[in-house]
Amino acid sequence: MNLAVREAFRAFNRAPMLSALSVTTIAFSLFAFGLFGLVAVNMRAALDQVEERVEIRGFVAAGTAPEATSAAVGDIAAFPEVGSVRLVTEVQALERARRELGEFQDVFEAGILPASIEVRLREGYRDPETVRTIARRFEAYDFIDDIRYGEEWVEKLYNMRNIATAVGITLGLIFAGVAVIIIGSTIRMAVLARSREIHIMRLVGATDGFIRAPFLIEGFLKGLLGGLLALALTYVTYTFVGQYLVQATYFEPALAVFGVLAGALIGLLGSAVSVGRHLRRV
Amino acid sequence: MIRFTHVSKQYPRGGPALDDVSFHLNKGEFAFLTGPSGAGKSTILKLIYVGERPTHGEVRVAGQSSAVMTRSQVPALRRRIGVVFQEFRLLEDRTAEQNVAFALEVIGTPRSQIGPKVARVLTQVGLAAKATSLPHELSGGEQQRVAIARALVNDPLVLLADEPTGNLDERATRGIFQLLRDINANGTAVLMASHDLNLVRTTNYRTLEMNHGKLVYDSGAAAPPEPAPGAPPSGATDTGAVA
Ligand SMILES: Nc1ncnc2c1ncn2[C@@H]1O[C@H](COP(=O)(O)OP(=O)(O)OP(=O)(O)O)[C@@H](O)[C@H]1O
Ligand SMILES: [Mg+2]
Repeated sequence: MNLAVREAFRAFNRAPMLSALSVTTIAFSLFAFGLFGLVAVNMRAALDQVEERVEIRGFVAAGTAPEATSAAVGDIAAFPEVGSVRLVTEVQALERARRELGEFQDVFEAGILPASIEVRLREGYRDPETVRTIARRFEAYDFIDDIRYGEEWVEKLYNMRNIATAVGITLGLIFAGVAVIIIGSTIRMAVLARSREIHIMRLVGATDGFIRAPFLIEGFLKGLLGGLLALALTYVTYTFVGQYLVQATYFEPALAVFGVLAGALIGLLGSAVSVGRHLRRV
Repeated sequence: MIRFTHVSKQYPRGGPALDDVSFHLNKGEFAFLTGPSGAGKSTILKLIYVGERPTHGEVRVAGQSSAVMTRSQVPALRRRIGVVFQEFRLLEDRTAEQNVAFALEVIGTPRSQIGPKVARVLTQVGLAAKATSLPHELSGGEQQRVAIARALVNDPLVLLADEPTGNLDERATRGIFQLLRDINANGTAVLMASHDLNLVRTTNYRTLEMNHGKLVYDSGAAAPPEPAPGAPPSGATDTGAVA
């Protein structure tokens, strides 16, 4: 194994330009992946905030008995999807409107604004489907005049997020594929460069695993280096964006480690899939 | 120790390279493998070190049969066989001793054993003084000695030599041949493919002659490894056409 590690490092020395090239290409693949990841992480955070504000509001018809509304509030609170229910009376509605629209407060008179029941959903139940179901159940009460829940808005957000996820996974896979191909051709060249040694190794009885090991280690190390480089690049970009554009969040340490390990894994897999094929040819 | 039983070999692309070849090589024996170009000499050696598999028949080497040997068993067998070629096949960027050590490193020999083994075998082939020379700093004969040292360092049962003197002048040829005889005298079997009839005729070693993939002449499976007194048998007329 000692020898295999040494051989892997020799491969770096033997073709420094090629090795540097493959490390940087892996880094750029992962960098693109990482950039997307950052966008996704930040968008997710934004969506979570927006989602928290998802609210269904039912307006209570004028003249509804307070007992009826409070009974309804009790019922609605018992739905498993519902996080909180709040009754906003006509008076409260007026007060809130006045507070929010300070200088126009004289415009409002008691009785203009209807009372409403405001429902917030639990986390995990804020998708458009659930929102619509709850809204329909809500509407079933006779005394609910009108209902608002910004359905288009919620749906758009969700679509955006789904598209973003799909684009992310697709791009990620494409970049990983590119990295694997690059590593594969690097291995091909490395195998050709070492074909004499490989012949001799076989002749004197080295095992397949032993012959393979340096290539796998080389791929692993290149992937690891590429991953670290990509991490550095994303961090620089993140700092830059934070300074000049918007305040963003960076990967959590565990996710960063995971990203670097993913690089190493791509390197290892790229080597593993091609080393057998190329070794058979020399 | 090496036994061919009705062995035929057909390469995927090409005609029959071996046709119903049977012979047996004993432990510690020395034998020449002769015959014109394309007769199948190299193919026989390849079948012994499992560089190729027979199409028909069975090749047994050191108790292992080609019929049942798996891919993963091949390395262990090769560790008991030394092979040298006409074109030496040394690693150009490594010194003589590094070339020999390489053969031990890649089979996982403990570090502490590598140095002494390499020194001993380089002394045996007469190259102790050139241990740190690179191949291009050595003569052809010296390079072949390095290759022989590499083949011997793991104490093989048999040394297979495919035209080992093919690239050498007469003086170097005699030197290498003498070395192979010394190695054989120490108990290692030697099977040497050679075109060089002068060389073959100077000794009474057993001769296997190939032609068109057939074993056409065997000077005697029972021949003792030591050169017997008396003139070489009719082998001279058999091989005369080749020269
Ligand atoms: N890998 C191969 N693929 C196809 N045909 C081959 C292959 N190797 C050898 N042959 C054929 O098999 C036959 C025997 O070849 P082999 O190399 O054993 O001959 P040889 O006696 O060693 O010849 P030489 O003295 O020239 O080295 C030849 O006809 C050759 O063309
Ligand atoms: Mg040949």
